Amino acid sequence: MLLLEHLWIILALPLAGAAINGLCGKRWPKSAVNSVAIGSVSLAFLAAAETVREFSHLAAAQIPYVKSYFTWIVAGPFKVDFALQVDQLTVVMLLTVSFVGMLIHIYSTGYMAHEGGYYRFFSYLNLFKFFMLTLVLAANLIVMFVGWEGVGLCSYLLIGFWFLKKSAADAGKKAFITTRIGDFGFTVGVLLVFWTFGSVNFGDIFKSVSGMPAESMAQMGILTVICLLLFTGAVGKSAQLPLYVWLPDAMEGPTPVSALIHAATMVTAGVYMVARMHPLFSRAPIAMLVVAIVGALTAFYSATIGLVQTDIKKVLAYSTVSQLGYMFLACGVGAYGAGIFHLMTHAFFKGLLFLAAGSVIHAMGGEQDMRQMGGLRKKIPFTYWTMFIATLAIAGIPGFAGFFSKDQILEAVQSGPHANPLLWLLGVVGAALTSFYMFRLVFLTFFGAPRYDEHKVHVHESPVNMTVPLMILAFLSIFGGWFAAPKLVGGVDHFTKFLDPVFSSYALPGAEVAAEVPAEAAATPATELLHALTGVPVIVGILGLLLAWWFYIKNPETPKRLAQKARGLHALLLNKYYVDEIYAALIVRPLLWLSTNVFWHAVDEGVIDAAVNGTASVARASGGQVRKLQSGNARSYAAWIIIGAVGFTVLLLGLLGVVR
Amino acid sequence: MFSEFIDRRAPGRYYISALNMDSSYLDIYAPLLLMFILAAGLAGVLVAASTLVGRHKHTREKDQPYECGITPTGDARAPFSVHFYLVALIFILFDIEAIFLYPWALVYHELKVFGFVEMMLYIMILLVGYIFLWKKGALDWS
Amino acid sequence: MIPLPAEQLLNLHRVAPEVVLCVFGIVIMVVDPFVQAAGRRALGWLAFIGALTALASVHLAAHFPGRAYSDLVNVDRFSIFVHVVVIGAASLAILGSLDYLEGEGLQRGEYYALVLFATAGMGILAGANELVTAFIGLEMSSISSYVLAGFRRRALPSNEASVKYFLLGSFATAFFLYGIAMVYGATGTTLISGIQTFLVSLPPSQHLPALAILGLGLIFVGLGFKVVVAPFQAYAPDVYEGAPTPVTALLASAPKVATFALMLRVFYVSFGSAQHLWFWVIWISAVLTMFIGNLGALMQTNVKRMLGYSSIAHAGYILVAFAASTDLGIAAALFYLSAYVLMKVGAFLVVTHLGQQGERRLAVADYAGLGMKQPVLAACFSLFLFSLLGLPVTGGFLGKFFAFQSALDAKIVWLVVIAGINSVIGAYYYLRVIIAMYFWEPSQDYTPTPVAPALSAALLVAAAGTLYLGLLPTRVLVLAKAAADSLSLLSLR
Repeated sequence: MLLLEHLWIILALPLAGAAINGLCGKRWPKSAVNSVAIGSVSLAFLAAAETVREFSHLAAAQIPYVKSYFTWIVAGPFKVDFALQVDQLTVVMLLTVSFVGMLIHIYSTGYMAHEGGYYRFFSYLNLFKFFMLTLVLAANLIVMFVGWEGVGLCSYLLIGFWFLKKSAADAGKKAFITTRIGDFGFTVGVLLVFWTFGSVNFGDIFKSVSGMPAESMAQMGILTVICLLLFTGAVGKSAQLPLYVWLPDAMEGPTPVSALIHAATMVTAGVYMVARMHPLFSRAPIAMLVVAIVGALTAFYSATIGLVQTDIKKVLAYSTVSQLGYMFLACGVGAYGAGIFHLMTHAFFKGLLFLAAGSVIHAMGGEQDMRQMGGLRKKIPFTYWTMFIATLAIAGIPGFAGFFSKDQILEAVQSGPHANPLLWLLGVVGAALTSFYMFRLVFLTFFGAPRYDEHKVHVHESPVNMTVPLMILAFLSIFGGWFAAPKLVGGVDHFTKFLDPVFSSYALPGAEVAAEVPAEAAATPATELLHALTGVPVIVGILGLLLAWWFYIKNPETPKRLAQKARGLHALLLNKYYVDEIYAALIVRPLLWLSTNVFWHAVDEGVIDAAVNGTASVARASGGQVRKLQSGNARSYAAWIIIGAVGFTVLLLGLLGVVR
Repeated sequence: MFSEFIDRRAPGRYYISALNMDSSYLDIYAPLLLMFILAAGLAGVLVAASTLVGRHKHTREKDQPYECGITPTGDARAPFSVHFYLVALIFILFDIEAIFLYPWALVYHELKVFGFVEMMLYIMILLVGYIFLWKKGALDWS
Repeated sequence: MIPLPAEQLLNLHRVAPEVVLCVFGIVIMVVDPFVQAAGRRALGWLAFIGALTALASVHLAAHFPGRAYSDLVNVDRFSIFVHVVVIGAASLAILGSLDYLEGEGLQRGEYYALVLFATAGMGILAGANELVTAFIGLEMSSISSYVLAGFRRRALPSNEASVKYFLLGSFATAFFLYGIAMVYGATGTTLISGIQTFLVSLPPSQHLPALAILGLGLIFVGLGFKVVVAPFQAYAPDVYEGAPTPVTALLASAPKVATFALMLRVFYVSFGSAQHLWFWVIWISAVLTMFIGNLGALMQTNVKRMLGYSSIAHAGYILVAFAASTDLGIAAALFYLSAYVLMKVGAFLVVTHLGQQGERRLAVADYAGLGMKQPVLAACFSLFLFSLLGLPVTGGFLGKFFAFQSALDAKIVWLVVIAGINSVIGAYYYLRVIIAMYFWEPSQDYTPTPVAPALSAALLVAAAGTLYLGLLPTRVLVLAKAAADSLSLLSLR
């Protein structure tokens, strides 16, 4: 029980790596930086694995295993420990984050080999790992919040890694500010949680919320408010409607960063948080519905944008937004296990897609536009095959990881306790679109004739430290979902069963029965399998594939003609529904305008100066020599003071009269 | 001699408690206020009346500042040497010091040694200021 | 009768910090004309030692809680807390001034003497239990500040700052004095605790005297000017921009703390029973202050001025804790103030160094690429900015957190929402500087100059303090809570 006692070691390792590389890396050769970075994250993964091994020996009563290291903040009734915890949900996240993170670290040594600021990159990446693991291991909302803000900061630093490029610096800023809007909601949510439950520890909160009768909480409505505020944080962090705008821009960062932070780990923090807080969400049906609706809408909406993007990374970015939408949809209908399952498989295949895309970009010498690619299949077979596997996985083709998880989500939306046909329809259409745009990506990139100048671009396969992670992730993209495979033949879904203790221990009384979908008595293993394989999600997945094939291989001219015909729609999609422009017009510009015109020109110059000038003209009539004694604006400042004095005293006396 | 101003029920507080005051004690000032209003009103009416009734004819000569019938020469607001202000300030400072000595002298016997030490400290502090001024050349006219 | 002189003399230990500061100030003033120009730097160190001695004497005073000089002065945990913060800020400012004055050719004893006198005035403010005493403290600190603001005599902005500060400052002080007169007229006392007694002992049927409430409004004008809350904030950006930067560091931090302390005493203790009235004044002022501060800062390209606006915004956040009107709110305000002092002084001291001779380099563009050229300095500055912005693990974050939490506890939800919106707006202008430092092409015309040891030490203390408050706030928070309790607000409710 060594590591379980000392969970902090898992956090300390990447932090130490970040510190060492950050402080000394500048003077060290790349090999030294590599060994520090990779060494620390590998050790962190091993520590995580050992922790999980020790965890598996714990008795059910000992779970969640909470370990408090020291009392961090005490303010009257407000007490926060620096406490970490492990339960089944943590285990899944811990392994996913530390393992995928390690692979991406290894990949980065190849990808970033020719970049400046090598040590800085790895230092940031390690720091990110530290914060992400803090977020996952946190045993209370405050520690979680530290991780939450920390990953945001690292994301910002890494998006703007190529800071000399203005677009990269702007994208970093956009990501930071957009997510901060969400974080504000999250902060207020945390405050409200403390206010309501008198504690920020998960255990205490869940205990008191499950002790309260469901009716009284609902009547208070406070739970709904809390959940919606927390969800606002998740919307920002996990790039959901309407705060998703930063994620596509975040692609300005180096590709490994996109893979690690903006696909596999950080952006899923919102989903994790919602799943973690499920005892609250389960008791706030309105909030649940909002989560589900936002998730489904985002899943559908960003899939449509993905249809027409030409930048290979942008397609993947919108795809990530869309897949995160599925995870929230799952949480919103109460299928938290399915959401986390999809989170994990998504980490595998989306991480792989990004890394493979990085490999393509690397091979093409920095080109990201798919219109300038084509026919790469033969030249970089390795990248091609791994990417193809990942595409099959995300499209939900049976046998691949994404099939199991996505199927579970859609099934829950269709027939679970919170089933909703409309959301299901959105999800299914989204799945078809997903399949279409992903195969479109593959076909445009790897098939057809080369559309680049073959004399100028020397396409080459990536080095081995980039391809090995691809292979491992490809393996996981196939088999990572097979935990659930026995279910197809009437057996047990091991993943859901594993997580079950987490999600059922604080379930609503009476809801447990409903949560378990009664197995159809007549179903035999064979019909069950047949049913799953011919389910609607699978059919639409294959439909998308065929459609993409027809569009981009059979009749390559069709897309152009179609774009000509439906010019308006095409432009709308290509410009991402003009959301950036709308935000600029509705929020950014009015704020600047307010600042410039109202507060500066109108209030300061208009009202104050005018008032003063008005007074001054009266004063001038009576021969105001005094005026000359005062310099420039000082008199308008004095006017402020007078206005304030009069205003406040009148207010006070007025209140005195009114408020007896 | 000033003991009647001291509220003996609350040692150390040199005021007459407002609680003991007649609640309408401000009333005695009402005639004063009335007089102020009357005076200001009368002055205002006189000035206003003469402005309204009288004839106004502006000529260049009439609008010039009055300087004993001679055409004004130069700007009336000639800059003074900053030293004048400095000396004025210093004068006020030490003038106030001197004024402080009067009440002190009055109660000197009651305060005994304490009063002596206090005043010496006070004078010393001002003396330090004086030395500072002197050395900084504030009294230098050259 | 007149209290025994001997008894009064013995009370010197209760005002030990002020005595120490004044004695050191006077000594520096006397010695100054007699030393050569080269030796004046030593006077700065003498002042620093004076400030440290004063800090030590706070410790002495802390052993003798109670009142002194016919209840004019109060030594309690509250005044001790504020004393430490104020004198600490002054010490940091002195450290930061040493090399700045050298570079500007302004090394003079008066400067340090004035800083010490100003600090003594703030100490009086912190401990005053009587309004006229408080007024003397206010004037001591103000008049010294007016001179300090204009200390760069050959620079026009500095002159402008001084004159504006003086004119408007005396204007606002007049309101304060007038307010005191009104309150005295209504209650017959100027003792802070005496006013409380008077107002509380009124029969319940009788409502509060209008004259006293009018006085309270006027007192708010005078004190609001000093802590820079809207609508009395207008002078601040000009003054902060024009004053020599180390002076700005002092002006933007210590007087605010001391005056807030007095404000807490007057509002909570004296006028605790009028809380339902002044609550709305604080509320409105908080909203205005936050918006004006943040939106004003949004458009600035001059870092010094931007930080000036930012300190207005922060006064607004402190008012949020103020509005909570609970002992937790006071504790939050005190905690916020201590965090604020560290980060603000730190930020201005960085600006002091980077301004270079004549304070030429103050634009955001001048900070371009600093992350490359002087990574440690840039990291320090980023830390201060992050703290001002309110990011976790910094004192600024917890300050905001406690302030907002105490307001929520008091069910002042809307104010917290507005404050939250404002902290989002704030992110923009702080981040812009950080982006410039790390993400912009380094400017070519700037060769980094090494940070002088004294300044480095000050920065180090400020940075370490900011992190300390962010990571291990408990100790300070407990002290702040104890300080809040000693205001004995609870006895009123």
